[in-house]
Amino acid sequence: MNRAKINSPQGKMRFSNQIGQKLLERNFLLFVTIALFIAMYIAGLIAYKDKNFGNVQTFLNLFTSNAGLIIVSVGMTMVLITGGIDISVGSVVAVTCMMLAAMMERAGIGAAPAMSIVLLFGLAFGAAQGWLISYLNIQPFIVTLAGMFFARGLTAVISLEMITITNETFLAIAQKRIYLPFGGYLNRKGVMIYPYIYPTVVMAIVIVIIAYLMLKYTKFGRSIYAVGGREQSARLMGLNVKRTKFFVYILNGLLSALGGIAFCLNTTGAFVELARGFEMDAIAATVIGGTPLTGGVGNVYGSLFGVLIKALIETFVSFQGNISSWWSKIIISALLAFFIVLQNLLVRRKNKTKSAT
Amino acid sequence: MKNLNIFKKPIYQYSLFLPIVCLLLVLIVNLIQTPNFFKITVQNGVLYGFIIDILNRSSGLVILAVGMTLVVASSGGTDISVGAVSALAGAVCIAALGTGATYNVPYIVSILLALIMGMACGTVNGYLVSYMKVQPMVATLILFTAGRGIAQLVTGSFILYVKPEQFGYLGNFIPGVPLPTPFFVAAFLVFITWIVLDKTPLGMYIQSVGINRDASRLVGLNSKLIIFFTYVFCGMCAAITGLISVSRTMSIDANNVGLYTELDAILAVAIGGNSLRGGKFSLFGSVIGAITIQALTTTLYAMQVSADQIPLYKAVVVIIIVSLQSPVVLKWFKTIKGKLSTRSHQMVKEAK
Repeated sequence: MNRAKINSPQGKMRFSNQIGQKLLERNFLLFVTIALFIAMYIAGLIAYKDKNFGNVQTFLNLFTSNAGLIIVSVGMTMVLITGGIDISVGSVVAVTCMMLAAMMERAGIGAAPAMSIVLLFGLAFGAAQGWLISYLNIQPFIVTLAGMFFARGLTAVISLEMITITNETFLAIAQKRIYLPFGGYLNRKGVMIYPYIYPTVVMAIVIVIIAYLMLKYTKFGRSIYAVGGREQSARLMGLNVKRTKFFVYILNGLLSALGGIAFCLNTTGAFVELARGFEMDAIAATVIGGTPLTGGVGNVYGSLFGVLIKALIETFVSFQGNISSWWSKIIISALLAFFIVLQNLLVRRKNKTKSAT
Repeated sequence: MKNLNIFKKPIYQYSLFLPIVCLLLVLIVNLIQTPNFFKITVQNGVLYGFIIDILNRSSGLVILAVGMTLVVASSGGTDISVGAVSALAGAVCIAALGTGATYNVPYIVSILLALIMGMACGTVNGYLVSYMKVQPMVATLILFTAGRGIAQLVTGSFILYVKPEQFGYLGNFIPGVPLPTPFFVAAFLVFITWIVLDKTPLGMYIQSVGINRDASRLVGLNSKLIIFFTYVFCGMCAAITGLISVSRTMSIDANNVGLYTELDAILAVAIGGNSLRGGKFSLFGSVIGAITIQALTTTLYAMQVSADQIPLYKAVVVIIIVSLQSPVVLKWFKTIKGKLSTRSHQMVKEAK
């Protein structure tokens, strides 16, 4: 009788469900993201063979053009893990750029003090938002919506005209090329040309590594996951939920300002409409990177791949040349929809297996 | 004594109290700033003045706010794609009409196409939110990013102009009618929505689904269908706003039609005294909220604040209003009030 039960189709189904559960535990979504990135990269290699797509430099440019977005996405990932959201990051990037430009060009402040003031501003901005969200218990969406308005308005208050940065120290950092000792190729004159990156890329990678280590190994990092998983359980466990959330938003404000600096090093100028829609790029990259908006789950390196996928799509569109740049937005939205639906199906299946056992 | 008090609710506890106070505050500031604020003159057979201008400009926002109110009430989330959807609907309408001296298709067909487009967008949002149980903000994020892109593809990335003069009637004035047309459209839509919500059980259903989706399902309501319906309705409202907006300028610029209106609409709902967590809602609160925002914007323009700087002031207003509504602050108020009343009780006792 019992043996018949084990060999029945139901028993087999339970076995396959166990495999599914194991895959879920090992970040199936992240696996999909990385596989997608590799597949897209190989497709690019085949499609644009004659256009130097395979160059190491083309690959590094994916990082160079999106260093700011990578840094902002790291902050966004942490916020999403707590189950919150921050849609003010794009405006914060704009206002930090504008502050940097105004301080260096109009007020004559040096590059280093200007950057530290901007970072302090990011910290204060994050603290204000975090306080409203965690201690006054207002919905994150509404608070950061107001924050988005506020920062964008502040950008316009500082200057309505475009400011181009001419500060020498700042430009020196912006244009400093760090050559890599490998991956070079001989050009037509027979000179070895090595691929290079900018300091912003190093900054972004360092931030990703620090954030990864922090989330994985520190008490604070683990409590972020706990708070996002289930707030009540975290509270009963003795974690200070409000303080954890507060610190996450402060950290996010700081990272947004840092992302703004990286962004500004890339543009070396500021105007009111700068970085419009940046927050949505950051959210999309994070979601594509396997961090669902329900909280409790997520990885910073997933977000890194999310940004890289977005950069790859943009590179495709620019390599193709003859199609509208709007297609990159539409494709990213379609990918976003695909990943959201996939996440949902997985969560549903997880719930089903849970209720079955 | 106590029974009588139930009927005598203190005035500040009515749901419309806060929105009306906000509106009055803005209007009073205006009266002090510009003494001829309430003056209405007749020029070329149409009424003219600040108040008329506010009514005219706020109509689109009122329509959006009505749709947004229902979405917020039923799902406890916001539809951030409305701005992009109105751009898309406007693009579809003008692309169908063409840029020649005469229309390519009858006017009514283009309007219907735009409305269908809006409802199709609403269907996508509604399906994701109700049947796939995606968070509203994320589900609508997809169309928020893609909507303008699709609109650009529809218009071929050009700014298209419509030549026949009749096209401008919807967004401006119909000859011989002294009030702007958008005002009538908004009033009609608010009236119909109010009748449907108030005279049929639908309004109650929406509230009940918003308060507890699962409990409503157990009672026998089709929660999913109701949430789905509110998103489709919101998409239609966005399309109407888009139509008014393109008719006003007689052109479509897919980059700028309805830009940031989603934020204004959410703001209108919040100022209207509606909880953004869903459940109970007040349609007229949102309408007043929308008019308040437009009044605030007009005021700031009158004070010569640049259009780009206006968000700063709006943000401060939002933060103050949502802080006042936050449960923690309400608790503070209650404890302060409690302390005051116990003190006054003691004083009464001592006096006796």
